[in-house]
Amino acid sequence: MHISNGIIDGPVAAIFAAFALAALAFCVLRGRADLDDRLAPMAGLVAAFIFAVQMLNFPIFTAGVSGHLLGGALAALLVGPWVGALCVAVVLVVQALVFGDGGVAMLGLNITNMAILGTAAAYLLIALLLRVLPRTPAGLAVTAFVSSLVSVVVASQGFVFQYWLGGTTDLGGNLGGLAGTMAFAHLLIGIGEGLITATTVVTVAKVRPDLVYALRALKPAAPVPAVPVAGGVR
Amino acid sequence: MGAGHGHVLYRESGSPVHRLPPEVKITAMVLFTVAVVATPREAYWAFGGYALLVAAVAALARVGPRWLLGRALIELPFVLFAFALPFLGAGERVDVAGLSLSVDGLHGAWNILAKGTLGVLASLLLAATTTTRDLILGLDRLRCPQILTQIATFMLRYLEVLVGEARRMRVARVSRGDDPRFLWQLRGFAAGVGALFLRAFERGERVYLAMVSRGYTGRMPAVWQGSGAATAGQWAVAATVPVIAASIAAAALVLQ
Repeated sequence: MHISNGIIDGPVAAIFAAFALAALAFCVLRGRADLDDRLAPMAGLVAAFIFAVQMLNFPIFTAGVSGHLLGGALAALLVGPWVGALCVAVVLVVQALVFGDGGVAMLGLNITNMAILGTAAAYLLIALLLRVLPRTPAGLAVTAFVSSLVSVVVASQGFVFQYWLGGTTDLGGNLGGLAGTMAFAHLLIGIGEGLITATTVVTVAKVRPDLVYALRALKPAAPVPAVPVAGGVR
Repeated sequence: MGAGHGHVLYRESGSPVHRLPPEVKITAMVLFTVAVVATPREAYWAFGGYALLVAAVAALARVGPRWLLGRALIELPFVLFAFALPFLGAGERVDVAGLSLSVDGLHGAWNILAKGTLGVLASLLLAATTTTRDLILGLDRLRCPQILTQIATFMLRYLEVLVGEARRMRVARVSRGDDPRFLWQLRGFAAGVGALFLRAFERGERVYLAMVSRGYTGRMPAVWQGSGAATAGQWAVAATVPVIAASIAAAALVLQ
């Protein structure tokens, strides 16, 4: 999923870099209000978690690209859309600068696909599903699963769209095939990601529901019994 | 878990490249990569020039070619696309060893391999000569918004918390009679991923609260910022690399 230098041509990369920069600036403005004492360590941990799971790469040989878990839905659920997008973006920036995963010149494209498109698609679905589904662990699990699945596929189609705009090699009629392979492979990856996201979020919600941003932001505040939380009184 | 640790890719040394301030190195690396990407793919000689430039910096940083090329293999999954292009590409075809390959696809594959490899080598050189602490310091000095540097700081710190916690949970499983082999290790891991996250969070939260109670306000204290920002001289020294790269790119664009 990480686009490496030279796959997409310069002008398209520059346009998406500008778009990513503007979107991130907006996220920074909105995210500042969210980042309190509870969210700051959570944002760091979510970023570390995403960094770790993105190391697992599955090569997709028929399309010659690799896929991996993205983590946009997990970030959106636990730290909200604004800080979530920033978390994924930070992961991508550090990977590009230090590990050479994804070209530095292609950072705008990668951030657009994985941090912005992935997180936005996930959060829109989360906002919808949490209102519709019952407030049970099962409802939350379904929300997490579906939003992860869709966000991964959406992000993969972002790459196909960018390739259509500015791919350095003309694929002719094979572009449709690329779109199909990417969608299918990322459907499988999305199922894996959905399971991991659902397990993680449901466990966190059972023990520390106060830590799940989506539950705080999207549900009317239930009367919270004053139970001492781990980490002490704040 | 402490700050100031090098990461796996860091190579301890006192070379001139190690001593350059991080913001200078980050800027030089990004500009170099942009110049490489902007080069037309038919200008083969230009990529040779870039490779020489990378080799010169590596020699100056005392990073051996074996280490550099070994680590560059990380790129493989990302450039797999390049190997598919000669088969997928449209247009004129040539026969190579009995295979019908697209000319445009071959050019595309070369383009991705050359630019991808040079980009990976440049970031490996940055990683080998800069600690994570300095990297974040450099981003901070480049006016990166504080919320981003803060997330990055915690991310790098909590990676170690996460790894340590996973190790402890594995030891706990094994000492209770679990004896996973090969892929079956994943089952125990997957079942515990929620618990792992929660445990890592609660440990991370204690780390954070300890930092807050010692005066952390979202930015590392000034003592950490070391000897101050880069001087004009250091900028000038580091600028040689992107300037040479930009000249090569410009020459390639004019000559084509």
